[in-house]
Formats: sequence, C-alpha cells, structure tokens
Amino acid sequence: MPYQYPQKKELSDIAQRIVAPGKGILAADESTGGIANRLQSIGTKNTEENRRFYRQLLLTADDRVNPCIGGVILFHRTLYQKADDGRPFPQVIKSKGGVVGIKVDKGVVPLAGTNGETTTQGLDGLSERCAQYKTDGADSAKWRCVLKLGEHTPLALTIMENANILARYSSICQQNGIAPIVKPEILPDGDHDLKRCQYVTEKVLAAVYKALSDHHIYLEGTLLKPNMITPGHEIATATVTAPRRTVPPAVPGITFLSGGQREEEESINLNAVNKCPLLKPWALTFSYGRALQASALQKENRKAAQEEYIKRHGQPPRLSRKVHPKRSGSNGISISRSLKNHYTVFNNG
Amino acid sequence: MAHRFPALTQEQKKELSEIAQRIVANGKGILAADESVGTMGNRLQRIKVENTEENRRQFREILFSVDSSINQSIGGVILFHETLYQKDSQGKLFRNILKEKGIVVGIKLDQGAAPLAGTNKETTIQGLDGLSERCAQYKKDGVDFGKWRAVLRITDQCPSSLAIQENANALARYASICQQNGLVPIVEPEVIPDGDHDLEHCQYVTEKVLAAVYKALNDHHVYLEGTLLKPNMVTAGHACTKKYTPEQVAMATVTALHRTVPAAVPGICFLSGGMSEEDATLNLNAINLCHLPKPWKLSFSYGRALLQTRRQPRRLL
Repeated sequence: MPYQYPQKKELSDIAQRIVAPGKGILAADESTGGIANRLQSIGTKNTEENRRFYRQLLLTADDRVNPCIGGVILFHRTLYQKADDGRPFPQVIKSKGGVVGIKVDKGVVPLAGTNGETTTQGLDGLSERCAQYKTDGADSAKWRCVLKLGEHTPLALTIMENANILARYSSICQQNGIAPIVKPEILPDGDHDLKRCQYVTEKVLAAVYKALSDHHIYLEGTLLKPNMITPGHEIATATVTAPRRTVPPAVPGITFLSGGQREEEESINLNAVNKCPLLKPWALTFSYGRALQASALQKENRKAAQEEYIKRHGQPPRLSRKVHPKRSGSNGISISRSLKNHYTVFNNG
Repeated sequence: MAHRFPALTQEQKKELSEIAQRIVANGKGILAADESVGTMGNRLQRIKVENTEENRRQFREILFSVDSSINQSIGGVILFHETLYQKDSQGKLFRNILKEKGIVVGIKLDQGAAPLAGTNKETTIQGLDGLSERCAQYKKDGVDFGKWRAVLRITDQCPSSLAIQENANALARYASICQQNGLVPIVEPEVIPDGDHDLEHCQYVTEKVLAAVYKALNDHHVYLEGTLLKPNMVTAGHACTKKYTPEQVAMATVTALHRTVPAAVPGICFLSGGMSEEDATLNLNAINLCHLPKPWKLSFSYGRALLQTRRQPRRLL
C-alpha cells in the first residue's frame, strides 16, 4: 500500500523556496490571447516581440526585487524566449533566486448537464510535457480550475470533478520533480455574501484535500493558490478561517490570487490576512499578475516601468511574513510573542 | 448549494468552542474513566476484586476524590453511563465533585462494535439510534462532551475502503448530533496496534483514515473548532520485530497529523492504546518536542496509562 516518492526532499525544497519569508509569486503566464487586452490598453500591438519585450521588462528588473520573488509562472512560449543578452528567461529568473513555474493546463471545458460549469483539460501527455519542462528549467507548475459561485452552483459533480483533476495533475507533476501549485478558483457569479463565499470555499477545499490524499500527493511538495474571500469587511477572518478548517498544516504555503481586486486592495487585504490573529500554520503570500503589473504597464518607458514594478513589490512582500508558532502543545505564550513581533514589523514599517 | 441551513447558531458555536478550549487549556489532558462493565471486570479481576457495582463505584471514588490540584493536569474526565449517576460515600454525585474541581464532564456515547459483512472481520460502531435524545438528557445532567470510539485494524487487506468510509461517516453523524445538543464531540478513529506491521505502514494507514474522517466531518457540517481529536499515536504493530525510539514515533505521528488535521481543531488528545504508562508518557513528550508545525494543542486522553499503577495498591489490602 505505501507509495514511495524518491523526490520528496526536492519537491519540498522547491515549495519552501517559493514561499520563503517575504517572498511570493509573479504570475506572468497570460496566454497569447490573454495578454492581448493588456497590450491593447496601452496601444501596443500583440506581437511575439512585444510580448517578449514586456516579459523581459518584468524579469530583468534590478536586484531590488530579488528578496520578493520566490517564483515566476510562465506561459509555454515565454519559457523558450530570451532576454536581449541572449539568456533564456528561465536562466534570468534563476539568477535572481526565483523558481521557474509553468502553466500546464489547457483551459476550461464545459461539464454537460450543469449550468455552465466547467472542468479543466490538459492531462493527456502531461507526464511527457512535465519531463520536458523540467529539463528546460521549470521546477513548479500551475493548473487553474474554476468553480462558479451562484445560487445553485457549484454542484457536487463540479466540485468532485475539479478536485479530482487537480489531484491527477499534482500526481503527474510530482512524478516528474515538479512542485504543483493547486489553484481551485471560485468565481462569483452574481451577488453573493461573505458567509456563502466562505462556506463554498470550505466545501471546495475539503474536497480538494481529500482528493489529494486519495491520489497520494505529497502535501509538503505542493502550494495552494486560492482566492481571498470577498466582499469586504471581514475578508481577513473569512479568508483565514476557510483554510484553517480544510488545509492541512503540511502545506508549506498559500499564495493568494488577485482575481478582480485592484492593486491597492490586494495589498491591503493581504496585509489584513497576515495580521489576522487566528493561528496560521502555512506561509501566506501572493501570486499576483495584474496587481504587480498594471501600474508598470502605464509608464512611458522601460526604466520608469521597471521602477513602478519594483515599487509594487515593496507593497505585498513586507506583508507576507510567515509567523512561525513554536507550539509546545501546552501554552500559547510563544505564539503571542511571535504575533507581537509580527505586528511590530507592520507598525514600524 | 447554498449556506441557507446553518447547522449551528453563533451562540452554539461559541459554547462548543469554549468547552473544547477548557478541556485542553494549559497542557491539560483527559482522564478516560469510561470502561464498560465488562472491561472493568477484566481490570478488577487482575487484582482479584469482584466486579460489582459497588466495587466499580469505590474504584472511581478513589480517582475522583483526589484534591483540587488535579485540575492543573486534567481538563476533562470521560465517564461511563453508570458512573454519571453514582455518588461518593458522602452521597455527593461524582459529576458534581468533578465540576467543582473545574473539570469538564464527558460521557461515552457509542454502543459497541457491529460487524461489516463482506469484510475481513472489520467493524463499524453502533449508537446512533436515539442519540439526540440521549445527548439532550446528558447535557441536562451536567455533561459537556461526548466520546465515540471507532476501530480500524491493519492486515494485508485492512482497513478496507469500506471500513474507513463507514467509520468516518458514523463518527461524523455522531459529531453532528452531539453539537446539535451542546456537547463537544471527541472524535476517536483508533487504528489498533495488533499485527506485525512497521511504523511506516501505520503512518500511511493513519493518514488515510484521518483524511477520510476530516472529509466526512466537513460533509456533515461539523464545526471543527468545537471538536477534539483522540487518535492513536503512530506505532509499529505489537508483533513487529523492529523497535522504534520515541523520537521516531513522534515524527511519524506528527507527520501524519500535520498532513490531515486542519488547524481549526483546538486539540489532539492521544489515546494510550496498548502502550505502557512509561511509553505513553515518553512518546507524548517526544511528540511535544517534535519540530514540525503543530497548530493544535497536543495532549493525552489516557485510561490504562494513568490508572494501571493506581490499581496495584489494592492487591496489598
């Protein structure tokens, strides 16, 4: 019955490096179509060269971003592009201490008999693709599942199917030395309240972690990328309570996606999440795309854009410190002390 | 799927979570004094004492009449039904004596094993019938937590997925009914140490069992902050020839827990199972020293491990 992974240490080291204190993920894996909107918004043509130039701008920002970037997620084509100096992008990322990640899913497909709900495809030949990506410098991967939060959704079928798919993807990644980032994104469809969002998130995460257990996934070599629980007032408590009830402490880190939030909002919310006094045994940090790029995109030249990008990094990472409770099992004194230090950083920062 | 039918009100949740916190506050643990009549019979027989209601009462009186300093280490006591209604020699109810010492009173709720047909002698646990009414009565009679022991064993083909799923589901139903009646459920999925399996195998099985238990608790809308877990430590089978140190037991145990038990669970109180008093204590110590993240309180729920020695003096009388 026991199933051995010879690469456990490697996987766990990769995950730990990505969420090391103060670090998070830059999600730069927009597909060709996905980046079109962004480039169009600044009147730039969506050509391969422009896409390369744009990514280079982010990836070659100076060393001030190094303490903030644990990992960068790339789209397939970007993995094989190079900077002006001829260095492949994976090499650029690694030289700055970051882990290279690759988006491996192939988009959503409909689930018949549901109200527009989906699963995600990409499992066919995934093992061979992962082996190749590993050779080409990737050490982590990302797979996005989408669940709709509506009046009658997500259905039990949708939750089960997406959880299972995430587990299969994770299993195949780990077999190839790649640490999987597990992304069950819950998209609001219409109005919803905070309690409902929290409730659904808990159901989804419980199903995900049961599926990961059933598929023998080594949790210490994975990361979770969920949405924060919105709207508004009690975001932090709801966002922390849901994983406290469902995400085992073995998971090294939770990297929140930015979803529909604005840059400022995302930083404030991540700060609030880290300050939440409920005990959080995983690192809590960011995996942001738009939140780190939007302002930079507006700048008039490369230098100004890079400066703006670096400045954005000043925001979330100071807020992603992990509190390490040294629980002795018999008192909470050490926890309150580390919480106190944690608050001091923010009060003084 | 909507959150239109909350299982508990905010007030109910608050009460449950406070009870759970009180039981495991400041390193306290649980005294399991809930041996059934038959089990007590075995224990008393070893010291050549007849298994009568009076002798059982006297034995429990010895335990409960110690001075109040006991409440520094004991947060809760689990009683058997008969004991809940017994009194000491001065006519004072045991449950009142315990409450006055600041100890939370608990009750064993399951009603023993029932076989699962088509399996290799595997079992599920009975006790759900009329459980809500029983819980309501116990709550009126001063009880604040319940205990339900599910048993899984390890062999070549065991535990089967049916046994895991059925026991997890029964535990979740019991937990749900308890909470509806203001009782904190102690969830006890015991993987027993019979057999010759090694430590790694026990760890693997314990992880599968706990993952199923927490999925079932979630499915049944159980409020985790108002529960406690009473698992086995991860150990090799009794007949395993390889010996392990307390540190190895600790690492295997905490690894299994941190892969399966959400941080929302306030406390984990290990059962002593087949361990000697000394081993149970050494292992618990090593577990608390283990460097892996442990967001829950880690403590004990011991019966034999606390009581074995206490029984010996009788032999001298």
